[in-house]
Amino acid sequence: MIEIEHVTQRYGASVAVDDLSLEIAAGEFCVIIGTSGAGKSTVLRMINQLARQSSGAIRIDGEDVSRLPLAQLRRRIGYVIQSIGLFPHWTVARNVGAVPELLGWPKARTRARAAELLAALKLAPGAFLDRYPHELSIGQQQRVGIARALAADPDILLMDEPFGALDPITRQALQAEIAEIQRSNRKTVVFVTHDMDEALRLASRIAVMDQGQLVQAATPLELLSAPANDFVRDLVGRDDLGLKLLGLAAVERRMRPGEPAPGPPLAAGASLREALSRMVAEGCDRLAVVDAEGRPLGAIHLADLLRR
Amino acid sequence: MTMRLRDPLLWASLALTALAALMPHSKPLFAALFPGLARPLFELDGCADLLAGHLLLVGASSGAAILLGVGAAIFVTRPAGAEFRSLVATIVAIGQTFPPVAVLAVAVPVIGFGFYPAFIALLLYGLLPIVDTAIAGLDAVPATLRDAARGMGMSEGAILRKVELPLAAPAIIGGIRISVIINVGTATVASTVGARTLGLPIIIGLDAANPAYILQGAIPVALLAIVLDLAFGRLLTALQRRRHSRPGG
Repeated sequence: MIEIEHVTQRYGASVAVDDLSLEIAAGEFCVIIGTSGAGKSTVLRMINQLARQSSGAIRIDGEDVSRLPLAQLRRRIGYVIQSIGLFPHWTVARNVGAVPELLGWPKARTRARAAELLAALKLAPGAFLDRYPHELSIGQQQRVGIARALAADPDILLMDEPFGALDPITRQALQAEIAEIQRSNRKTVVFVTHDMDEALRLASRIAVMDQGQLVQAATPLELLSAPANDFVRDLVGRDDLGLKLLGLAAVERRMRPGEPAPGPPLAAGASLREALSRMVAEGCDRLAVVDAEGRPLGAIHLADLLRR
Repeated sequence: MTMRLRDPLLWASLALTALAALMPHSKPLFAALFPGLARPLFELDGCADLLAGHLLLVGASSGAAILLGVGAAIFVTRPAGAEFRSLVATIVAIGQTFPPVAVLAVAVPVIGFGFYPAFIALLLYGLLPIVDTAIAGLDAVPATLRDAARGMGMSEGAILRKVELPLAAPAIIGGIRISVIINVGTATVASTVGARTLGLPIIIGLDAANPAYILQGAIPVALLAIVLDLAFGRLLTALQRRRHSRPGG
């Protein structure tokens, strides 16, 4: 658990983070969102003490981070940044194994761990372990960046706009992968972005920041249905609020089990937003719902989307 | 094998060795080239001895300049030394502005004739390219890499050793290359204060209007500069081939 208590960060006369308090439970996927300069990155950098707060306290599992030795603190926190920061003179294997190397793992174990993580991030270990970063696409580099952050199996992962430089397709793929990694390994993730769709897709809780202050911390549904003020309302977007709400729920939660439907099939894990989009595109008011193997599960009607 | 036979570094080194070994036997050649000269061959010191003295002076002064220069560059690129950055740059630039001859002239009354005034003059003269390129090389390491390294719990010393110096190495070695080559040439002047270098036959040759002496000093010096330049070029290519120093983009 990460506890941020009345934390303020001043740079000279300007205040980057202003009396911010936030508790992030273990296993939570917390997304900090806000406009540029809202102080989001500073919050992350104070958690691993790359920035030292001017006042207030940050505790991880009850331990004050400013009292822990820096190296020890940072080696148990994964850190992923938008600019990736792979070491260009090291191979992928050595980059991924950077923290294990610092921790003094045996070479064979480090390499095996690097291979395991690359495979988990859909990079064939045989093809990538001995390549250099500049030989990789940006998307592949960021996969390596994530693998590097995960190498020593930290409980906490800090991600600072990790997908900001990626094209939309790579971005979505990596969002799905990081969501999967977080779920299956019970990591606590603190993720900074300025993209509300990304926040809604990933977060179990969203913390909205504006001018250094925490405006609202709530689940995606709460944020959409009860925005705290106009700033949050603008951030979530007034025009497509309904679509965003639909994006939060999966088809399987609203479908009519067992009912046959003539329409084109939709995966049960798809969002209601996708269901609506398909109905509009296909000009129909019902769709068949199938499981991952394509077996029919039921149907979803246009009316089901309107139920609250 | 054919690659090695075409290697210019190999041939230049062989030529220099042969020159040093054969120079004492070259009297008939220079006598034929310069028939008017009473003493066509410089015989006060052997060419090999002078070459060794030359290398010793350049090696010692460049070695000291590397330690001092790279050390200073590392210091002023740390937060603790940032304040001294412009001071160091100024001092080093002044060191480069004084002609070595002037430094020699000032040094001799203080520490006397011989190796040491030459050593100091060359050390000062060789600092600028090393400090300049080392600072530029260290500055060119992207801040995001330092950030990533720090974020994973690397100590400042480890960041310097494992990230900054390896990435700055091509620039640093480039600066050392320039500095050493300059000093090979400048070391000839050091003979005016009694350092035994290949400059000795040149100075005496100039004084005595003996072009043969001048050639017997100048040719080995030129060849030595070529050998060292090729060797540094080789080192840089090896570095570049082994690592891929362009930040991925």
